Parts: sequence; C-alpha cells; structure tokens
Amino acid sequence: MLRVENVNAGYGDVQVLWDVSFHVGLNEFVVLVGANGAGKSTIMRTISSMVPLSSGAIWFENQRLDQVTAHKIVEHGIAHVPEARQLFPEMTVVENLELGSLKGEAKKQRKQTIEWVFELFPRLKERKKQLAGTMSGGEQQMLAIARGLMSKPRLIMFDEPSLGLSPLLTQEIFRLATRIHSEGLTILMVEQNVKQTLAICDRAYVLENGRTVLEGKGKELLENEQVKKAFLGI
Amino acid sequence: MEMFIQMLVAGILIGGIYALIGLGMTLIMGVMRIINLAHGQLMMVAMYITYVLYFYLGIDPYFALLVAMPALFLLGVAIQKYFLNPLLKIDSIIPQNQILMTVGVGIVLTETIRFIFRSDYKSVKTSYSSATFMIGNISWNVPMFVAFGLAVALTAGLFIFLLKTDAGKSVRATAQNKDAAMIMGINADWITQLTYGLGAAMAAAGGTLLLPIYYLFPDVGSQFTLKAFIITVLGGMGSTVGAIVGGIVLGIAETLGATYISMDLKDAFGMVIFVVVLVFMPGGLKELTKV
Repeated sequence: MLRVENVNAGYGDVQVLWDVSFHVGLNEFVVLVGANGAGKSTIMRTISSMVPLSSGAIWFENQRLDQVTAHKIVEHGIAHVPEARQLFPEMTVVENLELGSLKGEAKKQRKQTIEWVFELFPRLKERKKQLAGTMSGGEQQMLAIARGLMSKPRLIMFDEPSLGLSPLLTQEIFRLATRIHSEGLTILMVEQNVKQTLAICDRAYVLENGRTVLEGKGKELLENEQVKKAFLGI
Repeated sequence: MEMFIQMLVAGILIGGIYALIGLGMTLIMGVMRIINLAHGQLMMVAMYITYVLYFYLGIDPYFALLVAMPALFLLGVAIQKYFLNPLLKIDSIIPQNQILMTVGVGIVLTETIRFIFRSDYKSVKTSYSSATFMIGNISWNVPMFVAFGLAVALTAGLFIFLLKTDAGKSVRATAQNKDAAMIMGINADWITQLTYGLGAAMAAAGGTLLLPIYYLFPDVGSQFTLKAFIITVLGGMGSTVGAIVGGIVLGIAETLGATYISMDLKDAFGMVIFVVVLVFMPGGLKELTKV
C-alpha cells in the first residue's frame, strides 16, 4: 500500500534520513521504533510532504506521493496524527473534528463520521464544546486521533501517540489503535515505547541514526538479542 | 454631563469605524504574524475609489462599498500572492522582511495616488453629510450613525464567516497551527491570500464609511496605519474581540481628549493610551477579554 524507497531527506544541510526503505501492506499494522533522533518523525513528515526528499521515492497505492504538495496528501487517503498532537488549541472539540473533514467525501459524511468517532471516544462527546487547549494530555491525544479519522483515511499514521502520557493512558491509546486497526484501517506508527508496540503490531522496523537496521514480525523482534540490548535493557 | 454623554456617543460611533480598520489588521496579524504597515494606505486607496465613484459617477458612498470592498479584496490577494508570500521562501537575516515589504507597498500606493490625484485635500459632501437627529438631548450625526451601523453589520458578518464556515475555520486553524492546518488539507498559501484580502476589504469599508465625515489626501493612509497599529496592540495581538474593544477605546479617548484637553492633541491621546497599555498590560485588552 505504502512503499518508501531509498529515501534521503533532511532539514537544510542536515541530512536526517539515509537511504530509508520500508513498506506497509494493506490492512497491516506497522511500527517504526527507534531512539530519540533516529529520524522517526522525519519519516512521517516526508510521507506528508512537509519535508522534501533529496532522493528516493514514496509510493502510495501505485501513485508517487513525494510530488504531491503537503495540503493535498489528505485527499489521497492518508491521515497524519502528528507528534505532540498539534491540535487547534483555541477551537472546540467539534471544530477540531470538522477541520479533519474539509475535503470531498469526508466533508459529505461529516455528521456520520463525527457520530462514529464519538462512539470510539465517548470522552470527546462529553467535551464537545470544550476548547481543545484546555483538555488533559490523554484527551488531547484522543482528539488528535479522532481528527485524523475524520478524513476517512485508508492509512493512518501515528507519530508517538504515547508522548507525555501516563502508562495507563498509553495502554488505552494502544488499545484504541488496535481497535481502529480491526475496523479495517492500515496503520503506520512511530514509537519509543518499544515493548508495548512490538507486542501489538504485525510488523516492525528498527531505526538507528536515520537508517533502517532491522525488520521483522513484532513478536520476533521482541526476542531479538540486538533489540533486547538496545531498547529493552535486558 | 450632557456634554460628556454627547462626546461619549461621538467617540463610540467613530470607534466603531476604527474597530473595522483595526479588525483587518488584527486578522492579518493573527494569521501571518506580521504587522501590515500598508493598512492605512490600502484604506486610502479605497477612499479614492469611493471619491471617484461619487465625483464622476454620482454614486453614493455607501453604495460604493460594493465596489471598494471587492476591489481592495483583489488588491490584497494580489499583494499577498506576488509580494509577501515569495519572501517566505527565502531565508534571510531579518525574519520579518515581510513587514518591510508592507512598508514599501504602502509607499508605492501613496505615491501612485499622489501622481494621479495630486496632493490636494478632497472631500465627499453628500446631502446628509451634516444632517443630525436628536434622541433626548443628544444629537446624532446621520452619516456617523449609518457608518456605525454598517460597521457593526460588517463586523458581525466577519464573525459569522470566521466562526461558522469551513473557510473561516480554516483561517483560524492556520493562525493557531500552520503545520497542523496543512495536514488537514488546508492550502496555507491560499489562506494567507484570503486573509490579506479580507483585511484589505475591512480597511476599505472603514475608509469608505469615513469619507462622508472626513477629508482625503494621499498621505491620509499613514495616520490610519498608526491608528490600526495602536488598536491591534491595545486589543492584544491577533485578538478579534480585543480589536473591537480597542477601536472603541481609541475613538472615545480621542473624542474626550479633544473636547476636554485640546483639539490639537487629538492624535496624541491614542499614543498616550498605547504607551500606558504597553506598560501596564503588555498583553493588551486580551488579558481582560480572554479571546
């Protein structure tokens, strides 16, 4: 579904991604794990066309994605739930959700989709009229995910959804991700929370210093000596 | 006391028009994070459009709104598209070089108008320019009253646009978080053009409404750029509600100051308030209104 081929990218003169390749199949749940500064968020931002590639290609459903401008990405069926939520803090929950469905089909089905995400996140329904900036971290993350779902995507990308959340809330967010996956969405997630995400995903890639160094089924990687040493502290 | 109420009324009426001008600048400030130093000059261009329509075609200034506002909207969109947005693509030592560009745009507008119309003072004297009516012992100037009413209507229209429509929400979203707005599929380039266009159209409305009670010359723009700037700071940068309150406060301060202290110092009172607010309430009236 999504193929990232030999991508080199970075900010100005600083190259962050070195020859990164990976793919996400239809209905798969794929995780990219890696330490701080490994380039995880940059990968997300390159897929969303917010960071330009210096070489390589990104394909989505057999279309070149790296030549699409940033604000058109969502129309291809990709939702990006960015790092640190990036909500519109001075707008209400409902307004944030509406902004997730500005284009085409998503706009026509806005009402139904809002009902659906309220079903997934009952907490948001209770807080409909509240300003996004005044909610707790967990609620904000839920809203960020809900806003992503509003575009009726086929692929949804989560960038460190557990950032700044308590272990309990983190579990809750991962449970929701699994639920969304079971509803037929393809998921690409970036996480530092290696142990938990490897346990719930189908496949994972390990990123180090902007390079993909390992690939495998989530559960296999959990047993991998290198992963254990580097991330799990065993 | 009667005198005081009379002046208060006059201050509020003129403040409503100031608010309109200030709102335009605040909108641009909120989305692009720049002070639009060509704001008064855009307003001046609209005033000349209104003047031409009145003088040569006999069109009433209030109907001229229907021409001046769309014309300035288009001019604003073009300025943003061809002069301001290209600057964003360049890394420069001064990150705010867009502001410098607005200064340049303002000068070009002023001098172009001076070239066409010369520097003479002009005014639009309609049949109702000095008409008044009385409510109790307070006299109301008809054109100011009509201008205030239209200013309120336009402000309400702007708020409905910003609060209720997808395009308006996209403008607010871009102001609050540009990256997230792009992820949502909002074309940030177009939103900046739309915003600058709207800001220019609001300034145009202010200028056109002011014309029957004011006078006109090419340099009239700079004093209104200053007023708009004061209103924006008074209201708290980027706060729309603050801009309305700021505009009315400025209107009242000028009128009361001119009456009780000195007519010559009219424009100084705005600056005094400006300094006082900066010292005691650096966040502007936004600190009180919270929006």
